[in-house]
Amino acid sequence: MSEPKGRVAVWTEERRRSDEGRQRLKAARRRAGPTLHAEWTKLRTVSGPAWLLAGTIVLIVAVSAAATAAVKCPSGTACAVDTPKLSLTGIEFGQAVVAILAVLVISGEYSTGMIRITLTAMPRRSAVLAAKAVIVAGLVLAAGTIAVGGSLLAGRVILPGHGFTPGRGFPLLSLADGPTLRAAAGSVLYLALIALLSLGIATIVRESAVAIGGVLGLLYLSPIIISVVAGDPVWSHRLERYAPMSAGLTIQDTTGLRGLPISPWGGLGVLAAWAAAAMLVGGLALRLRDA
Amino acid sequence: MSAGTVAPHRPGQQTGRDGFAQLLRAEWTKFRTVRGWVIGTLVAALVTAGLGLFAAGATSSSCQSTSGGPARSGQGCMTIPPVGPGGEAVSDNFYFVRRPLAGNGSITVRITSLTGLLPANPNTPVGPNAPIDTRPGLVPWAKAGIIIKESTQPGSAYAAMMVTADHGVRMQDDYTNDTAGQVGAVSPASPRWLRLTRSGDTITGYDSADGTHWTQVGAVRLAGLPSTVQAGLFAASPAYQAISENFGGGESGIVAPSQDTAVFDHLSRSGAWPASGWTGDYVDAADGSGIGGYHQAGGRFAVTGSGDIAPVATGQAGDVGTTITEHLVGTFAGLIAMIVVATIFITAEYRRGLIRLTLTASPRRGRVLAAKAIVIGSVAFGAGLAGAAAAVIFGAQLASARGSYVYPVPWPTELRVVVGTALLIALAAVLALALGTMLRRSAAAVTLVIVAIILPYILGVASILPVSASDWLLRITPAAAFAIQQAAPQYPQVAALYSPSSGYFPLAPWVGLAVLCAYAALALGLAVVLLRRRDA
Repeated sequence: MSEPKGRVAVWTEERRRSDEGRQRLKAARRRAGPTLHAEWTKLRTVSGPAWLLAGTIVLIVAVSAAATAAVKCPSGTACAVDTPKLSLTGIEFGQAVVAILAVLVISGEYSTGMIRITLTAMPRRSAVLAAKAVIVAGLVLAAGTIAVGGSLLAGRVILPGHGFTPGRGFPLLSLADGPTLRAAAGSVLYLALIALLSLGIATIVRESAVAIGGVLGLLYLSPIIISVVAGDPVWSHRLERYAPMSAGLTIQDTTGLRGLPISPWGGLGVLAAWAAAAMLVGGLALRLRDA
Repeated sequence: MSAGTVAPHRPGQQTGRDGFAQLLRAEWTKFRTVRGWVIGTLVAALVTAGLGLFAAGATSSSCQSTSGGPARSGQGCMTIPPVGPGGEAVSDNFYFVRRPLAGNGSITVRITSLTGLLPANPNTPVGPNAPIDTRPGLVPWAKAGIIIKESTQPGSAYAAMMVTADHGVRMQDDYTNDTAGQVGAVSPASPRWLRLTRSGDTITGYDSADGTHWTQVGAVRLAGLPSTVQAGLFAASPAYQAISENFGGGESGIVAPSQDTAVFDHLSRSGAWPASGWTGDYVDAADGSGIGGYHQAGGRFAVTGSGDIAPVATGQAGDVGTTITEHLVGTFAGLIAMIVVATIFITAEYRRGLIRLTLTASPRRGRVLAAKAIVIGSVAFGAGLAGAAAAVIFGAQLASARGSYVYPVPWPTELRVVVGTALLIALAAVLALALGTMLRRSAAAVTLVIVAIILPYILGVASILPVSASDWLLRITPAAAFAIQQAAPQYPQVAALYSPSSGYFPLAPWVGLAVLCAYAALALGLAVVLLRRRDA
């Protein structure tokens, strides 16, 4: 069966016109495209990541809604509650699932020996890691957006019934409000950075159990230690500023901003530095070691 | 096995106990010879001790002296609480109208009223030396009555009969014991009669509504009570507390002194009371902050006092010291390390295919898993014991050296906390092993165990969730086992904010550990069933 002649001509014409651009795109695709595509296929064709992403969303929304429902503001009392932060409580749980997803992306390959095939097919190892980072971060951003949106929506529905009414200084949660938008967008970015941190650590230690233990230990270390060394202002301040979870989650604060140990975006920056360091060391380890 | 199968050659080995010993040895050899697992176990012990020592060393806080002077650091600025007969930190501040009692005897009195003063504005903290702006009122555990006490030395043994603001008549002794008597508040219309009788080491308390019909409330034995003791009237009123819980940020509020005044009459004594008048003084007014005094007119006494005769509730706002529970904060990190090792202990067999060899060599699969559980449980117990003992023993030394105060605990409690922490880590390791067997994948098993044990603990201790919610999590999740680390019991007769973040767990220590034990046993049972049913 042959195509009608005219259509082919048009197609060729178009191709010629954008030839230069296409060449450039092709060159770029030749570099990154197949790697990205391969990583995407790997993630897409096993059921684990999809379940983990769905689990992240459900967990974040469910925990956020439960935490919001647990807090009431009885009439006649002044409630110092940061409602946007409260309605995003689920992030603290959801990050554990995000960490698993990111860890499995690389350590799953080590446990099955798949990594040797991957690196034989794509000898440019940093490109492999970069492709994994892009895919994981993209998926987490997408899932995070849904989860954060759902959490805020739950807060918007639940909060007024629990005494947090506009009349008492708690306007309905809305993304039109600057700090709320920052908290929401920042929480999505927070999850993506946690994914990159986990990916980096997993690349360094390779074994999935050790990586997950390490990531969760690193994240949950700060709230526990801070609660114990609360009497020591120097150490608790240092931990609040530089520990990845405590610093990163300041992005959710919308009240009492002056009293924060670190500014919201500064805190997210600290987490970004942790993630970048982990990715850098992971990338170096991947290049220098035998797989 | 069918009859035709050739039995594997086992020189000098028989099935039964010997076979299990062999199995244990095989699993121990596997564990011992993998460097990463040994390192992981060492890491578990080291982080448990290391983080604890860090916490113990970092909590040497400087504090503002109460008289408005310059900030000082260390024990110089604190009022170190006295230690009671049971070995726990106590507060022993009250106004005491006393005279010596030689040998056996008794004291009887009628109380007609109990009134008091509270800080006027609950939002303004009142310094002890500042003029107190007050309003009438009583804190729930304001107390006044009669007391027989070993000496006026703070922390000495005593037994007392008292009326309280909201809790009726009580008999209390040696700070921690509390027995209820008649209910209802005291008033001129319904006065309360109280009597204490000493006979040797035994002190018996009675109460009565009319002075003729007496009910025994309790009899306590104060071992080693000297022949001459101090006996008389007392009044005490614990600090007023208005503490609210902040979501995600602990507690905030004020603690300010309160005072109460009780009116006594119909005072009668029997026994040998050496001739001397009544002496009124404030017991343990170390910083001169005690409020108190008395008026005697005829047979009528009005005694005013503040403070409390009770155990100290630790971990509260404005606390002067740390507890051994805080020194065990590293447990969670040790747990994570041990959970990882325990999970890999089984999942590595699946990954390498070694499980098939293991199960061929010893086809009774349940016994294989039992051997693994014993090996990993023992190793985890050892690591936990070393880490917890180091954290508690060296933590206390380090804290003292850095000038901060560590609340004393009776040695059986200390032993229970240390051994219990080791058991907690051992049971968590067994749980991780069982989940690793069920799921066969280390990532899923590790996460599940960490989320089940560590997360509820963090949510409670770091006060991320409200106390009511975290209390429920710490009852039903495996994290309930952290209750074993609670150093001081929750006293109903001491009003305080008893929350996980101040070291108080909703379940009793061994009950909490039993919850984790049940989870581990259940998981191990399921793992055995699955291991038997599935192909390896």
